[in-house]
Amino acid sequence: MNSKSRTLLMLTLVIVIAFLPMITTAYYTTLIIKVMIYSIFALSLQLLVGCTGLISLGHAAFFGVSAYAVTLLSPEFAAGNLLWLVPVAVISAMVYALITGPLALKTKGVYFIMVTLAFAQMAYYVFHDTKLGGGTDGIYLNTRPELRIGDAVLLDISSNYSFYVFTLGCLIFTWGFLTILMRSRFGAALTGIHVNEQRMRAVGYSTFGYKLTAYIVAAGFGGLAGVLYAIKDGYVNPELLSWEQSGIVLFMVILGGTSRLWGAMIGAAGLIFLQELFQSEAIFGAFAVHWHLTFGLTVIALVALMPTGLIGLPKQLSKRRGKKKPSPTVRSATVH
Amino acid sequence: MDVATYLIQCLNAVQYGLLLFLVASGLTLIFGIMGIINLAHGSFYMIGAYMAFALQPLVAQYLGGGFITTVLVCIVLAALLGYFLEWAFYSYLYTRDHLQQVLMTYGLILVFEELRSIIIDNDVHGVSAPEWLSGSIQLGDLMTYPTYRLFISAVCIIVAVFMYWLLSRTRLGMMIRAGASNREMINSLGIDINQLFRVVFALGVALAALAGAIAVPVSSVYPGMGNAVIIISFVVVVIGGIGSIKGAFIAAMLIGFVDTFGQILFPQVAGVLVYIMMATILLFKPEGLFKQG
Repeated sequence: MNSKSRTLLMLTLVIVIAFLPMITTAYYTTLIIKVMIYSIFALSLQLLVGCTGLISLGHAAFFGVSAYAVTLLSPEFAAGNLLWLVPVAVISAMVYALITGPLALKTKGVYFIMVTLAFAQMAYYVFHDTKLGGGTDGIYLNTRPELRIGDAVLLDISSNYSFYVFTLGCLIFTWGFLTILMRSRFGAALTGIHVNEQRMRAVGYSTFGYKLTAYIVAAGFGGLAGVLYAIKDGYVNPELLSWEQSGIVLFMVILGGTSRLWGAMIGAAGLIFLQELFQSEAIFGAFAVHWHLTFGLTVIALVALMPTGLIGLPKQLSKRRGKKKPSPTVRSATVH
Repeated sequence: MDVATYLIQCLNAVQYGLLLFLVASGLTLIFGIMGIINLAHGSFYMIGAYMAFALQPLVAQYLGGGFITTVLVCIVLAALLGYFLEWAFYSYLYTRDHLQQVLMTYGLILVFEELRSIIIDNDVHGVSAPEWLSGSIQLGDLMTYPTYRLFISAVCIIVAVFMYWLLSRTRLGMMIRAGASNREMINSLGIDINQLFRVVFALGVALAALAGAIAVPVSSVYPGMGNAVIIISFVVVVIGGIGSIKGAFIAAMLIGFVDTFGQILFPQVAGVLVYIMMATILLFKPEGLFKQG
């Protein structure tokens, strides 16, 4: 596919998605909003996991910190102003990343996984144990914010459809920003760090600075997803920062595949539809209550069977078909 | 606070630290030797606790045994479970990267937690200590201390000594240490490395289950108890240095004291104190206090 037809395809896709709520039910509109929010969340983690090779198991911290920030800063009985609410909430997540990032990045590999997990847990306890955000009960965001300049309301997202379009806009912005970022010199440096950090250092790159920047940018977009999530539900609680949440977004990234940025979006969509499927009483009957079991078993099976994720599936399948009559090229491709 | 209260809190801190060590030592054993990052280790703690809770009446009825017998049964069952799990799931993870290990063990957590809710339920259950361990002991002239907490400490110390002896003084320990540093080498020496790792894994699971089983009279059983313990065990392992049993011991003790005294002296920030300590230590020692190798 050349780049022109790819652009055309993307454009068609965006237009179709934008008008989808006109023909589907409110249930699906809400579901797609959820998919888009988690796509942003997973894309932000992909910048760390897929692009830089940093496996973070504490990404929910940024999601939750922003979600709380936007809820706490909104006026209680009036619409807040998106113009400053979103930037401030996103920046609060980035500040949290700026504080914890340098410490986490001092460590490597498994330590990094565990340290990010521990820092997220620390943020979790701040909201869980203190009265700041209503403790375990959480707090409500009663009125959805709107975009105002002076007294003029430029964007009102109180209806489901307008919020849908707004979320789509945020997703396109995230996707576009990260794509351009990865094509820049900075992105090339991240890829270099992913492939061989030692060599990058030897070439003269300050890899720490690059990794920290990636960490903070990822936190910002993770925060954006958190803001949207808080607006969607009108409610936040400490579970947003829980490590199950971090695990789910990491699973989205893996499910989609880490070799491409957009794998994260495929993974987010795939995982949310899987969840919906297993929670559906129409299919699983009374057993739908125990969807964690079916879901957990699926996670195990998918990891075992699809080491390259959904986007690697076509290649994997064609490789398997080729295996029946082994040729030298196939054999060399399977050996890593 | 008077001197006696301080002393009692010190004993509490030691008891909590020792229990934490029991869980974390299994975790660091599995990671240090087999290279698997096992998020589901907290589930083994939970399984041990729930087994102790659920099996107690059965053990009394069929084996005529009390608390100690129940704990022993739990250890044996947990070891068998560990042996099976290594064969069924974990043995495939040796060649996979950390990412996939994290995910598969994450899937296992979901499965264990849901199976637990199906088999038992989602209520909180208290379990009382056996009669001969309930009550308090007079320590010196100043204070009395709950007998059961002393019992937990004693069990943990015995296990710690046993572990040290097993790893550093026995033939099995020698093989384990050799297998950890060079898998192919020990395999070519004619030792069945798969079998050996399966035993190590079973041992790790049994340690976590033992910790869960003896903690029950103090902590009761509740949904999500495994998750609470896994994070803090990770902190222990990170502070101590991955793969170092000695590091795990010292880190667990540090956390025991910081957490116990944090809750008395600074109840507002008690939840985050441990993490602040971890951050401070990593600032100076990014690979933990006692990095192995």
